[in-house]
Amino acid sequence: MIGRDILGIEDLSRDDIETILETAERMQEIGSREVKKVPTLRGRTLINLFFEPSTRTQTSFEIAGKRLAADVVNFSVSGSSVTKRETLLDTAKTLDAMDPDVVIVRHKVAGVPHRLAEVLEAPVINAGDGAHEHPSQALLDMLTVREQKGAIEGLTVAIIGDIAHSRVARSNIYGFSKLGAEVRVAGPPTMLPAAVESLGVKAYTNLREAIEGADVVMALRIQMERLEGACFPSVREYAATFGLDRAKLRYAKEDAIVMHPGPVNRGVELAHELADHRPSVILDQVRNGVALRMALLYLVAGRPGSAADSSEGEDGGGR
Amino acid sequence: MAQIEAPPGTAEAAANPAASAPTSDFNPDTQIRERTVLDDQAIRRALMRIAHEIVESTDDPSRLYLVAIPNGGVPLGRILADKLESLCGLRAPLGILDTTLYRDDLTTRASRPKLRRTEMPSSVDGRVVVLVEDVVNTGRTIRAAMDALMDFGRPSHVRVVALVDRGHRELPIKIDFVGKNIPTQPNEKVIFRADEPEGDEAEKATGVGALHLIVRGGNGS
Repeated sequence: MIGRDILGIEDLSRDDIETILETAERMQEIGSREVKKVPTLRGRTLINLFFEPSTRTQTSFEIAGKRLAADVVNFSVSGSSVTKRETLLDTAKTLDAMDPDVVIVRHKVAGVPHRLAEVLEAPVINAGDGAHEHPSQALLDMLTVREQKGAIEGLTVAIIGDIAHSRVARSNIYGFSKLGAEVRVAGPPTMLPAAVESLGVKAYTNLREAIEGADVVMALRIQMERLEGACFPSVREYAATFGLDRAKLRYAKEDAIVMHPGPVNRGVELAHELADHRPSVILDQVRNGVALRMALLYLVAGRPGSAADSSEGEDGGGR
Repeated sequence: MAQIEAPPGTAEAAANPAASAPTSDFNPDTQIRERTVLDDQAIRRALMRIAHEIVESTDDPSRLYLVAIPNGGVPLGRILADKLESLCGLRAPLGILDTTLYRDDLTTRASRPKLRRTEMPSSVDGRVVVLVEDVVNTGRTIRAAMDALMDFGRPSHVRVVALVDRGHRELPIKIDFVGKNIPTQPNEKVIFRADEPEGDEAEKATGVGALHLIVRGGNGS
């Protein structure tokens, strides 16, 4: 996969996803060492190009790169200051001329990472574009579910919240479906995209029906500041109807786990008691995020033409 | 967490089921000549001798720490741990150390190699670490293993066991304990394989099946 862009889960095959998850499972061990660094990407340069603020994802990619010994450069800009001076493509081309081995892009407009991938030599990893995709988040969610449940095939995954505006939901719908899980989505009707069932999921407007018998319940972040009044009458009403607490969780399987991409609006998507304790696995998701991003960087980092055509040296030669 | 890795040493067997008969010298699937150089008994005898040599060369057997390089080193390490225990009554810890992330050819390869498991049960500080590898040739894997090992602490000594030494060294690496020196052509492959052990899940996780050492290719002489 060297040199390959990771733009969305929609473009990945089941085999690709499994390769990434298996690689990430090996990377997890490095995070538990005293010396949390391997020399694998020594001398490689990684650019975090964030047009939208994101502490969590950016830090996770930065730590992942550093644990692989890459040089990590953070390039954060607000959308307006870029457009004043130069176009998006000029910014990206300028950075590309500095010969990075990976460019990680976050932008509030869907499709920007795809456009950049067309012009950049370096592989592009989408770290979230608008309401489109957030592949590394979905992959770390799949990694966490595999860790907790052993396998994804045959599980029932319920995604609760603002499905229409969520790149996390979209990427997870593609990912969990490709790995053979049954995916359900639930939220107020205003938050369910019109043709969501065309993605192969079942849509519910009733929380209880959606999580009945679910193995995994994933709550999405509600962007209260933007959506109140537009998509639901009040935060309190949303919390009462779709907020998860232990009582509502009884309808899910007894060993169901609760996930959230963070940051959590406590008392809205998740009750306090759920945000902090099992069965929620929120901090496992964060920890797995670093291992997963290490796996992505390991698999794709490298500029085209830099890899020689030799690939011998597999098992059997004795090295 | 589920272990998704195939049992150590079985990759070759899975890829080529016809090669599982150790006595065949010709593989009809691949049209490539194969010969068994060491059979199960010979390999176990060599490991017994190596266990004696390790004990003989170590002042304090309680400081021994075996570190197997996957995949082939893992079954060999398990057997060696058993033999050492029978000799000195002490069970040395057995770690597994994947060297892939420390390889020196990652920048020149067209794809990234699959990672294997690493499991180091305790600190290597002050221990006599014995690296266990199936086949040593250029010495590059042992170089990578030593670098990886140093990230886990500061062993007092590092020794190397190789079941087979092919001898085409490219780095100044010396093998302390060798099962058998096998001079080979560069175009030949030396394959160590451990069959999956019989029995329940627990035995499969820690046991070792029949062992084979095969040379494939070359002029078949």
